[in-house]
Amino acid sequence: MAYLDHAASTPMLPEAVAAVTAAMASTGNPSSLHTAGRRARRLVEESRESLARSLGARPSEVVFTGGGTESDNLAVKGIFFARRAADPRRTRILASAVEHHAVMDAVEWLVAHEGAQVTWLEVDDVGRVHPESLKRALDDDVALVSVMWANNEVGTVQPVRALAEVAHEHGVPLHTDAVQGVGQLPVDFADSGVDALTVTGHKFGGPLGVGALLLGRDIACTPLLHGGGQERDVRSGTVDVPGVAGLAAAAAVATERQPETAARLSALRDDLVARVEAALPDAVLNGDRGPGRLPGNAHFSFPGCEGDSLLLLLDARGVEVSTGSACSAGVARPSHVLVAMGAEEDRARASLRFSLGHTSTSADVDELLDALPAVIDRARLVRR
Amino acid sequence: MKVLAAMSGGVDSAVAAALAVDAGHDVTGVHLALSEAPATLRTGSRGCCSKEDAHDARRVADVLDIPYYVWDLAARFRADVVDDFVAEYAAGRTPNPCLRCNERIKFAAVLDRARRLGFDAVVTGHHARLADGVLRRSVDVAKDQSYVLAVLTPEQLAFAMFPLGDLTKSEVRAEAARRGLGVADKPDSHDICFIADGDTAAFLRSRLGDQPGPVVDALTGAVVGRHDGAFAYTVGQRRGLALDVPAGDGRPRYVLSLSPAERTVRVGPVEALDVSSVRATSPVWTSGPRALPLACDVQLRAHGEVHGCSVAAADEGWQLLLTTPARGIAAGQAAVLYDGDTVLGSATIASAA
Repeated sequence: MAYLDHAASTPMLPEAVAAVTAAMASTGNPSSLHTAGRRARRLVEESRESLARSLGARPSEVVFTGGGTESDNLAVKGIFFARRAADPRRTRILASAVEHHAVMDAVEWLVAHEGAQVTWLEVDDVGRVHPESLKRALDDDVALVSVMWANNEVGTVQPVRALAEVAHEHGVPLHTDAVQGVGQLPVDFADSGVDALTVTGHKFGGPLGVGALLLGRDIACTPLLHGGGQERDVRSGTVDVPGVAGLAAAAAVATERQPETAARLSALRDDLVARVEAALPDAVLNGDRGPGRLPGNAHFSFPGCEGDSLLLLLDARGVEVSTGSACSAGVARPSHVLVAMGAEEDRARASLRFSLGHTSTSADVDELLDALPAVIDRARLVRR
Repeated sequence: MKVLAAMSGGVDSAVAAALAVDAGHDVTGVHLALSEAPATLRTGSRGCCSKEDAHDARRVADVLDIPYYVWDLAARFRADVVDDFVAEYAAGRTPNPCLRCNERIKFAAVLDRARRLGFDAVVTGHHARLADGVLRRSVDVAKDQSYVLAVLTPEQLAFAMFPLGDLTKSEVRAEAARRGLGVADKPDSHDICFIADGDTAAFLRSRLGDQPGPVVDALTGAVVGRHDGAFAYTVGQRRGLALDVPAGDGRPRYVLSLSPAERTVRVGPVEALDVSSVRATSPVWTSGPRALPLACDVQLRAHGEVHGCSVAAADEGWQLLLTTPARGIAAGQAAVLYDGDTVLGSATIASAA
């Protein structure tokens, strides 16, 4: 078996498993005032401080959530509502054309139900937003900008710091979905200059279903979940104590090891890319060939094949990969990311993502390369 | 064998997949997404391909511990089944979309893709028996689906497996329950899957618009009423005619024929519906050609009665002479030939007299 889908979910780190397990064994609602409550509260706050340290934020800037989608929705909708409330002219959202659906669909919902306008920022042929494009699109009517830290499909790293500077010249806050970045790239909230940053545990060795929004202290954000006012009055709901303990433990390990992880995965990935290109000369690598790419990401189009067929055939041979995008019914649509990069629909449907993570070894790459040529031959028969 | 099980999310295809696993095959489940805008939840026994159906199929695959994928065939389904359905009605014929789906989707697009991916057979939950290239009715006569499979060629049938043919529907449900499959009690699906509310006339009107015209008495030539579209009528239909002029003899009148080009619906007495001669085109022999003329049985609509007949060769197909008259035979339906419970072949009804 070769698991090459770490960008979907990567195995939990032992430190995170230990932290979750320990927290699960103790009682207490962190909002309760008695001893058990205080103990739970202490664990939440220590987790908050730890996560803040790992990501270059202040503890008060950490808002725990139920994961990446919730963090993205909270940032996009919450900041939009607050900025529009302060000035009703601010109804426009600028977001890159390669955002994850958690951002894209939240924006589309605001367009459909709240009278928002959207300008999708163009990307170049590797999927990168240029600060010049953002500069041209900024105006007094802009409520917020959202550009991801690194793309989940093709791995392209965005110039988030430069984009935040441009946005700030117009006094506009910038949100970034950094779900794919943590553990692979140096992600430092303060240093990046962004105003809101999404992370989720299961992409860097933490548990599923828990994440955070790092939210600058001066950034107003209208709550979406109302209730007990936990999490800075921005996100109500009893905090998932074992979840945040695991999230913080994983972030500590993943960020500490980030430089060596990046070096190791880059080398492994470069080997994978070179071997795929050698075995299959017409394979097209999508995304950036240089350093501006997630270390664990390789993304190819295989002309004449459908990603669906490739996935099925590789799965049958014990190699687990992704086409990069799937809706809830599991029906593959041509990737909006590749389409935004200028790919024809055929090339967009012919693509596969291989993503490496902390447990990946060269044996995984060997297994992929053993299976891939025959799979490509077979998949080509499917297309007429 | 490596087999692909088409899994709709219903109980039949679930048990068919389970039986294929039991038989020792290497089974992969596939749910066919046929609707371009699937609803989130099923509503009653109508519609199909909701996300809930896909979920039900996935749960069965989980329990059977087989791989499961969704194949998006919505565009093919629209072109080959839905658009064809509308065009057939617009031409005054009465199509059978289930038959068309078997012919063009399940045992064409899906089967073709499965073969190219290296599968040896496609398994479905149809109620029919298939062995050594011979297609027969299900042991459950009420659930028999051999009629909508008779359009398949020997080449298509060679890659098909119907594990349910020897089971009654209640045995299928019992089998599902015994295996703990959640779909054991799921209601049967009825009607046309892509017309969720079951209102075929409204669906056709939304696609074809109003096409008003006269309702004509076939015997006298007199205009006896108006209609909003001949496509809303089927040969043999009596109810819903709303005629202004009563018949001279006071007896009920039935739709005898449809002429969409002249936007005319012709009506007449019930005897005028009786036919004993049927012309059918695009014939398919299920297990290889038979010598003509041939004496056998014929079924002229889904769940219709069986008539004795003699089959003779005719232009582009067959001329069928029935030994007992059939009533209300609509062009576009299949004429399926049987020898006892064995399917011999089928062709599309072009006209009847």
